[in-house]
Amino acid sequence: MSKPNWGYKVQTDNQIDFDKNSRGLMLQILNIEPTFGNCIACGSCAGTCSAGNFTNFSLQRLNVQISRGETAKVASEIEKCMLCGKCTLVCPRGINTRNVIMAIKRVVQN
Amino acid sequence: MSKQITIIGSGIAGMEAAAKFSEMGYSVILIEKENKMGGHVSKWHNVFPDYKPAKEIISKLKSTLTKNIKVFYETEIENVVALDGKYYLQLSNSQNIESEVVLITTGFELFNASKKEEYGFGIYENVITSANLEEKFNSGRPIKTSRDATPKRVAFIHCVGSRDEKAGNKYCSKVCCANAVKLAIETKQLLPDAEIYSFYMDLRMFDRYFEDLYFEAQSKYGIRFIRGRLSEACENPDGTIILKAEDTLSGKPLKMTVDMAVLMVGFTSSVKTIDLAAKFGISVDNDKFIKPLDNHLNLNITNQPGIFVAGACTGPKSIAETLADARSAAIQVINYLQSN
Repeated sequence: MSKPNWGYKVQTDNQIDFDKNSRGLMLQILNIEPTFGNCIACGSCAGTCSAGNFTNFSLQRLNVQISRGETAKVASEIEKCMLCGKCTLVCPRGINTRNVIMAIKRVVQN
Repeated sequence: MSKQITIIGSGIAGMEAAAKFSEMGYSVILIEKENKMGGHVSKWHNVFPDYKPAKEIISKLKSTLTKNIKVFYETEIENVVALDGKYYLQLSNSQNIESEVVLITTGFELFNASKKEEYGFGIYENVITSANLEEKFNSGRPIKTSRDATPKRVAFIHCVGSRDEKAGNKYCSKVCCANAVKLAIETKQLLPDAEIYSFYMDLRMFDRYFEDLYFEAQSKYGIRFIRGRLSEACENPDGTIILKAEDTLSGKPLKMTVDMAVLMVGFTSSVKTIDLAAKFGISVDNDKFIKPLDNHLNLNITNQPGIFVAGACTGPKSIAETLADARSAAIQVINYLQSN
């Protein structure tokens, strides 16, 4: 028997709940590549991103999401990166973004 | 030529100017409403960007006040009469003084954080101001919450009473960004196991070394910055504070429980300065700070001949800027006296 459709549904919470979210992924990445924490969200990496030209991939956005413990989509997002390394060239904070990406891949795939 | 100068306010601007006047052979009357010199800076702990102890700055300034300086403590200006190019000041200690020039260095007041009721200062015990935190540092005791627990998570809230039309202050208070980052680092040093967060709109790390401070906060101390102005705070039964803000980088509202929230209170013009400006007939601007004759060439000169201004009574300033402004005012005052 199919479920009756009453015309309404439970809304998912749009709020970032810092107390519930885990920052385990952030801490693991920081452990592998400490410069991950130096981001100032300038967006240079996303602006120059080869993958970002064709998809909605943004390393800057991923950095924020990981820092806030919003990690549900990280594993699929990181696959969009082509590892061209342009983000490492432009980062004004000297973040080793290529190593950040490799660290994200390594942690989420384990 | 008169060799006597009256300075109102013995904070760092008044002290620095007084020292310059006395070095150049003038005698100074320094009028102070409190029972000691040093103003706000005497209440701070260490100051940015190099963590210099504020006490060291005050004691060095005091050591320069050696000769030809008379200080009236716990004294205010009751009345001012201008006559024949001279100012006659009636003081609250019932003395009268006569002066050709008056330098106003009355500084500022900290924003009264209880006006931002939605942040809960004065209602929730674990919401404190940056000035309260400086007092805690100065006390030398361990940092504890109101319930004597060691905080595990502390948040710094930028722009409290600044850049806020609802608080009556549209301007940026300039020094709080650097001060917040400095306080966050010091808090992390005292509480190495605590998570430290900073809620900001944009970080105005404009001056030399400020960006280094910011970089060090992220890279060495792991302080995390969240872009979004605090919208409201409320208290849990256990005394912890729930903060709600829009995380504007994620485009989502964010909720966080902290053990202590520190409000970075900004500068406001002091009520007594506004009152004094009225007594001298000098203009104040829309932001209620004293209005200099112009904003480039005559920063220390007012619309009244012989009345000069220096320091934070003309708007938010760092310590270094205040001291430079005081020295600049000293030159203007002496030029005025020599040309009269």
